[in-house]
Amino acid sequence: MRNVMPILTVVGMLFLIWYAAAVRLNAPWAYNKAERAGIELSFADLVSDTWSQDKPKLPAPHQVGAEIWKTTGEMVLNGRGFSKRSLIYHSWVTFSATALGFLLGTGLGIALAIGIVYNRTMDMSVMPWVIASQTIPILAIAPMIIVVLNAVGISGLLPKAMISMYLSFFPVVVGMVKGLRSPGAMQLDQMRTWNASPAQTFWRLRLPSSMPYLFTSLKIGVAASLVGAIVGELPTGAVAGLGARLLAGSYYGQTIQIWSALIMAATLAAVLVGVIGLLQRITLRRMGMA
Amino acid sequence: MGWLVFAVAAWGLGWWVNHLLSHRRPTPATRLAVPVIFGITILVIWEAVVHGLEISPILLPPPSQIAVTFAARTDILWEDFVQTVIKGAMTGYVLGCGAAFVIAVAIDRFPFLQRGLLPVGNFMAALPIIGMAPILVMWFDFDWESKAAVVVVMVFFPMLVNTVQGLQDTDAMQRDLMRTYAAGYWKTLLKLRLPAAMPFIFNGLKIGSTLALIGAIVAEFFGSPIKGMGFRISTSVGQLALDLVWAEIAVAAMAGSAFYGGIALLEKAMTFWHPSQRGRT
Repeated sequence: MRNVMPILTVVGMLFLIWYAAAVRLNAPWAYNKAERAGIELSFADLVSDTWSQDKPKLPAPHQVGAEIWKTTGEMVLNGRGFSKRSLIYHSWVTFSATALGFLLGTGLGIALAIGIVYNRTMDMSVMPWVIASQTIPILAIAPMIIVVLNAVGISGLLPKAMISMYLSFFPVVVGMVKGLRSPGAMQLDQMRTWNASPAQTFWRLRLPSSMPYLFTSLKIGVAASLVGAIVGELPTGAVAGLGARLLAGSYYGQTIQIWSALIMAATLAAVLVGVIGLLQRITLRRMGMA
Repeated sequence: MGWLVFAVAAWGLGWWVNHLLSHRRPTPATRLAVPVIFGITILVIWEAVVHGLEISPILLPPPSQIAVTFAARTDILWEDFVQTVIKGAMTGYVLGCGAAFVIAVAIDRFPFLQRGLLPVGNFMAALPIIGMAPILVMWFDFDWESKAAVVVVMVFFPMLVNTVQGLQDTDAMQRDLMRTYAAGYWKTLLKLRLPAAMPFIFNGLKIGSTLALIGAIVAEFFGSPIKGMGFRISTSVGQLALDLVWAEIAVAAMAGSAFYGGIALLEKAMTFWHPSQRGRT
């Protein structure tokens, strides 16, 4: 709890900087308008104008907040919570791709990790490539994956999920390999004295002791999946999803729309990471490790 | 049919060789050879499967065709490389990591701010910062400056968090020793705390190196002059010239691996004393 005050201070400072930057960045347009109207701008006028422009360079936080409320809460109150103009709908589209990709990536990651731990050949040949695969800016080929998969008739959720999967499997592999190898020689010997089969050793010793590592990687993985899903939505032609909102906003100069999509994405990321953190706490507590 | 049989045979051969190599006593040579053989096997299988199943080169060009395109279009690839990697990614990387480092050292003097900054920075590092790209492209125009700005924002938080954490990584005993030597703040910083923070700083630099390339390329999807890797990838996908796209990806992969590898080598040279560098034979 003792961190609450410092965090609030830092967040407060960020908001101050944000408001100040809004004045600074939007001022030229405000001066321009005033000059054409032939009015002299006082400082108070300048501030109030820069914080309430229609297409500001940098919208002030309260404008973004109002936009988010307009496209989420207010639409829910009007009973149109899932209409195509609502951010809830777009967040849901992005979330479903993220979740599918994350599940696939986690599955692939765990499978690869088990292979790497149990098979020397795989360890030596696959592991370097797993690491190398992450130095490749995979997001760069997101548009190609989507176009190609579309051409062979796979469209909708799956192509986006593939990109999420690629981004999220890496932290899981690395974390799981570390986790599955974390039992010491003493513990493995103990299993052998009990005449445990390899399967038993896996289920009773290696898998449980890898859990803390797994959850830490899952948190990184889910954040990466979200990034993958958002970037995957860019080339689909701005149909639906938070990434599409970003792209549409940048086409039409709707800065407030971009920022509200961005804040929604941030909220989604925070919620996803938070849920995994919660699962981690519950699981580890039930296992007696926390 | 012949090609498919060949693919299976190549897979079997590669696996068999690697199996033999990996069950012998590991030497530096086999450590290098095994992944290389694995990579070559994948390429051969790719080539054979594309021919065997008669996959249209528009969907998935075989590696040989990509290599031909790569050799024929080096001028374009080089121009894109300079635009995206050298101008966009590198400038942003240096600025972003430098700024994060300076701010981390400055904040380190105020424990109050530091306690607040770590959770906030960790949170920011998990956010889809790449979404800032359209905004920054709007602010800094289409040329490489906007790409560098995206990279600055992307590498900033991982670097900041790692440096702040690294600077805390000295224990009271070590700091007391510095005090008994009558070392002031700057001397302690230079002789004790920065060296101790090095492994963390390099961790941040490594994370940043992959983020930098991604940021520079993705930012080009939101608008760029008519050169650059992201631009080329998105327009070539539109023209279904996938061999050129794959050539760009090859360039990106090589640049990314070289970038990461360079930092890893630097780390090895500068933090040779750290257990993680000494431990493995």
